[in-house]
Amino acid sequence: MDESYESDSAECLALLATDPSRCQELPHMRPACWDAMTFVMSELQEARPDAFNLERLDVDTWRWRNQLLGIEQEFVYGDDRTLPTDPLRFIAPQVQDDLVLLDQREGSLWADAGVVTAAADWSMRFDVGMSFLEIHGPVPRVHPAGVVDRAQEFLMRLQPGEAYRRTNWTMTVGRRLDTATETYPEWGPDRRLVLGQDIGTRLHLRVEVQHLVRLPSSGAVLFLIRTYLLPLQDIARVPAWRDRLAAVLAELPQDMADYKGIARYRHAAVDWLRSAA
Amino acid sequence: MTTLSPSALAPTRAPADRGALRLRVTDLHEAAPGIRSVTFVAADGGPLPGHPAGSHLVLTCGDRRNAYSLTGPGVAPESYTISVLLLPAGQGGSQFVHRLEVGDVVDADRPRSAFAPVSTARHHLLVAGGIGITPMLSHAREAVRWGRGFTLLYGHRAGAAAHLHELRQLCGDRLEEHPDREVFLARISQALATARLGTHLYVCGPAPLLDAVLQRAEQLGWPPERVHTERFSAADLDPGEPFVASLVRSGGQVVVPSGVSLLAALEGEGVRVPNMCRQGVCGECRVPVLAGLPLHRDLFLSEAERAAGDSVMCCVSRSTGPTLELDL
Repeated sequence: MDESYESDSAECLALLATDPSRCQELPHMRPACWDAMTFVMSELQEARPDAFNLERLDVDTWRWRNQLLGIEQEFVYGDDRTLPTDPLRFIAPQVQDDLVLLDQREGSLWADAGVVTAAADWSMRFDVGMSFLEIHGPVPRVHPAGVVDRAQEFLMRLQPGEAYRRTNWTMTVGRRLDTATETYPEWGPDRRLVLGQDIGTRLHLRVEVQHLVRLPSSGAVLFLIRTYLLPLQDIARVPAWRDRLAAVLAELPQDMADYKGIARYRHAAVDWLRSAA
Repeated sequence: MTTLSPSALAPTRAPADRGALRLRVTDLHEAAPGIRSVTFVAADGGPLPGHPAGSHLVLTCGDRRNAYSLTGPGVAPESYTISVLLLPAGQGGSQFVHRLEVGDVVDADRPRSAFAPVSTARHHLLVAGGIGITPMLSHAREAVRWGRGFTLLYGHRAGAAAHLHELRQLCGDRLEEHPDREVFLARISQALATARLGTHLYVCGPAPLLDAVLQRAEQLGWPPERVHTERFSAADLDPGEPFVASLVRSGGQVVVPSGVSLLAALEGEGVRVPNMCRQGVCGECRVPVLAGLPLHRDLFLSEAERAAGDSVMCCVSRSTGPTLELDL
């Protein structure tokens, strides 16, 4: 949680209102959505007990208070009628991470629900119902090495309450969280238009801090994606960051640069970073 | 698009076996002759981790660690309940549980899930024999909560059924009680033959029952991924043939006699292998195999991993030949 919590929440709500398809859920995922909602609530409470409170009133009756957004909601666990909207849709705007739920069955993980408003060039609507291997099909290099299979094996063995963190990165033109496939016409052309001194202010390193959690009672895996954007001019202020990003961008194999969608401008970014030294 | 690489994963929470729980006994009662139900709360009065239906608790029972199914609800549980059949000739775990008194404090790991309901099943066919009812109780509870269709076939000796009252209340006419073994097996056959498409089968009970049900399901063409079993594994395994484990990296030879597990033999020689459940369930004690053919008896490795033959769960699995070469 940081200073953009309220504005990120408003952005998420606005996007869900314009495009409800950012919220996807297959019918068998409702128990996992309840589990995810209460898990996120208890995590928020643990992080900021002054701002969030989840209180058990009865065996299945709970009260949720989010003082930052002025939300107070009493609900009965598992009873959809006690929430103003679906459980995953209810909690998504109250957390800065995107939420994807993976169901585990028949030896695979399946992305069967999610609320994603900061996708880095993908679409929850397109991916919903796909297996873990299908979702990662377009990723270059990882398949011959069995990386995706092994990652799936690893995740399938997560036990209730276990959690892992990893990061991923790409680049985005403009301070723009929503770069979903759905809005490609709005942001795609920018990738050709970032030039010269503009690079320092407009081009952003996009870092995803991802958490993978085995939810306690449904057995689903919750995949949380928190996206951070930092313009190159800020990165250039720290020489170690500046040099490292320039080196990584310069060395990145072409297929990876194509996959990340940064091929058009990455060498310009390298030149900019090196000239900022 | 996001990608995952296990090499870059960092744990943010303790793995299940290291987030140990201390539990205090708050209630004891006889669920049926020889079967004791024990209810625990967290010794520090705090919340207990939730768990999916069909999960088990690995309890430290003196010098042994035994897995017992959790029978209670898994959503934000206020207590854990297990039901344990006394086995006077067993290895001591059940006797330990039957000696517990209210107020006693025991160690356990966080619940582990290896027998969870499948969310897309159109119907859940639950088959329990004897004390195998314990995971089914939590399955039935979960099915009722979420309105999932299920049938529970419960075979037991007359007068020896645990949790009958609770099950009748919970399941109504979805529960079928079968004190007669032949009738029970015939009813299972019929249920397997007439189950609607998309049904998932869950079986827990003694080995002969499991074998009979699995064989019938296979004959009737049930896809393996729709068949789920929970075995009382450790007690059911035969002592096995003796063999020699050759430790390629350290150059040692470890004799594994009949009746002694590979894990115990390695430990006896001072070779440390991470392990937890010692029942072939948890996956902790996996050891790489360089040569020789493992005799897999665990419930952890997938069919493909078994076929690859390059690793073995040393707590229960053995060798088909006289020697197994390990990367240790």
